[in-house]
Amino acid sequence: MNSSTKLNILRTLLAVFIALLISFGIIFLTSDEPVKAIVQLLTGPLQSQRRFGNVIEAMIPLIFTGVGISIMFAANEINLAGEGAFHLGGLAATYFALNTALPPVISPIATILIAGLCGMIVTGIPALMKIKTESDVLVSSLMMNYLVLYFSTYVLSNILRDPAAGAVVSFAVPSVTQLGTIFNGTRIHVGLFIALAAAAIGYIFLYKTKLGYEIRVTGENREFARYSGINVVKITLVSQLFGGAIFGIGGGVELLGMYNRFTWTSLLGYGWDAIIITTLAKKNPIYVPLAAFFLAYLRTGASIMSRSTDVVTEIVTITQGIIILLVVAEQFLSKYKHKIISKEAKAALVEKEGE
Amino acid sequence: MIIEAVFSPEFLNATLRATTPILFAALASCIASKSGVINMALEGIMLFTALFGVIFSAAFQSAWLGLLATMAVGGFIGFFLAFFVLRLKTDEILAAIAINLIANGATILILLYVSGDRGISSSIPSLIIPRVTLPIIKDIPFLGQVLSNQNILTYVSLIMVAVVHIFLYRTPLGLKIRAVGENKDAAESVGISSDKIRYISLTLSGVLASMGGFFLSGGYMTKFTIGMSAGRGFIALAAGAMGGNTPIGSFLVSLLFGAAQALSNILQLGAWPHELVQMLPYVTTLIGLGIYSYSRMKKRQRLTGK
Repeated sequence: MNSSTKLNILRTLLAVFIALLISFGIIFLTSDEPVKAIVQLLTGPLQSQRRFGNVIEAMIPLIFTGVGISIMFAANEINLAGEGAFHLGGLAATYFALNTALPPVISPIATILIAGLCGMIVTGIPALMKIKTESDVLVSSLMMNYLVLYFSTYVLSNILRDPAAGAVVSFAVPSVTQLGTIFNGTRIHVGLFIALAAAAIGYIFLYKTKLGYEIRVTGENREFARYSGINVVKITLVSQLFGGAIFGIGGGVELLGMYNRFTWTSLLGYGWDAIIITTLAKKNPIYVPLAAFFLAYLRTGASIMSRSTDVVTEIVTITQGIIILLVVAEQFLSKYKHKIISKEAKAALVEKEGE
Repeated sequence: MIIEAVFSPEFLNATLRATTPILFAALASCIASKSGVINMALEGIMLFTALFGVIFSAAFQSAWLGLLATMAVGGFIGFFLAFFVLRLKTDEILAAIAINLIANGATILILLYVSGDRGISSSIPSLIIPRVTLPIIKDIPFLGQVLSNQNILTYVSLIMVAVVHIFLYRTPLGLKIRAVGENKDAAESVGISSDKIRYISLTLSGVLASMGGFFLSGGYMTKFTIGMSAGRGFIALAAGAMGGNTPIGSFLVSLLFGAAQALSNILQLGAWPHELVQMLPYVTTLIGLGIYSYSRMKKRQRLTGK
């Protein structure tokens, strides 16, 4: 491990630490029982098997979104349509599962693949628009999310809605398509393995294949990639489609594992969660499960805290925001970095002179 | 019946009303984009200032003083973004996303702390900027019904289109902003400090967006509700981009969004699939953005002779 990697890890940990400190400060300022709140936040998820189960359940969709965005951002394309891809993945999974009668095992697999395909469409449109018209991916991808939201709400209330249910929810997905739980006493479902597999595949794809290498080179320096003979247009499109597929699969898995009925009438915010996860994981899918676990733990802790004290769960979104700001701020700890680098250079020089 | 409703003066009146917050933010986006920085924090700024508008107008017991204080908050958040982007070299998009996230959480936290409620600011005695009837204009048939009896801030937003246009294209500072946005190095070479210009642009951008935020909870609605910016900051970003980041172009696209919003409000009352109507502005933006970018690309290719 060289000093720059070490420094990166140190910076990330320090950013998390400072963000937590600020959040604790806010809790102390606003709460009547701050100590109890902080203890609940930090240790709550460990207090029972069910609560720890909640952490793992919350981690599953976060892994998908983190891997998806890492692949999309690796090409240095700020495509934020992952949110919509996840949403449409959930809708497509519901629609497909309700309208087909496939045997067990094949049914969930086919459903999840369809969800992935739909996810690809959502992130693919802004990418294609960029290629064909040079329009800004950031804006078009944000528009896609709202497009998907209202489209899904339309399909839900006019086609999939179960009139027997009180709320606006779809018919229940048949049990052969649902993902079974793997640990009794929790709701952790088979999706956990799919999520971990997605992280592994994402890592291998980005770091061990030629295509992944080309994506990273394109992301680092587009002009250099072009002159090296890389087809940057194709590479960018591939990364956006691949990332969108992972988002879509995530939406499908989440729906089949945790919901069983399509109930999403507003955007769930997974697209924004993805940003903090990829920030912590340094765009490397292999670190995504770790970052997802951290965020899921914090969320579960916050939810436990809000039930037993007067602090609201939303304190965590503030923590999240501060972490992103500090980790991404290049100048944060830069003086320290310069010091280390110059120290190493001096040491190397002394060594050389000694020879 | 729908056609009738769309061409009624009431509908056009409602369109202007719904356009106001988007227009303020779209103008904010213009100024930032012209200086070469994308201000995606508009969403968070509007959410923050919608809440602070309620708090300040209640604290001062004056809607106008409240607006002034809120504009200061908006300017500060814009400056804060600029500090992270320019001084700490943070990616502008990620920094903005962080600000938006913080806004989501902090507004709920502050609302709970100030009002004891975690959804709506009913218990805060906030004031709103009133509607006014315009003399003379109100007597013009049709047009009078459209233009008169609007919120004062709606008129301010319309005036701002002209003000921002003049500011960007007719003042030395506006010229500098555009110069920095066009080519930072060229601007630096003639002695313009690009950082200083961008600090100013983002701060002004925050001030403009905060007027839209204030209008949401102190004019459009009468209270603050959580998440009330509801994507308007992003819509404004799109309106700016599709309008070529010119104040007049952005105004026209903002009107489109306002009309779609007003239309879906009408249709929600009937048996029409209002979700599909709500999709319209986003579809229109996607197509419009595509066409606009395509023509700009062709023009550039023609000019460079490729």
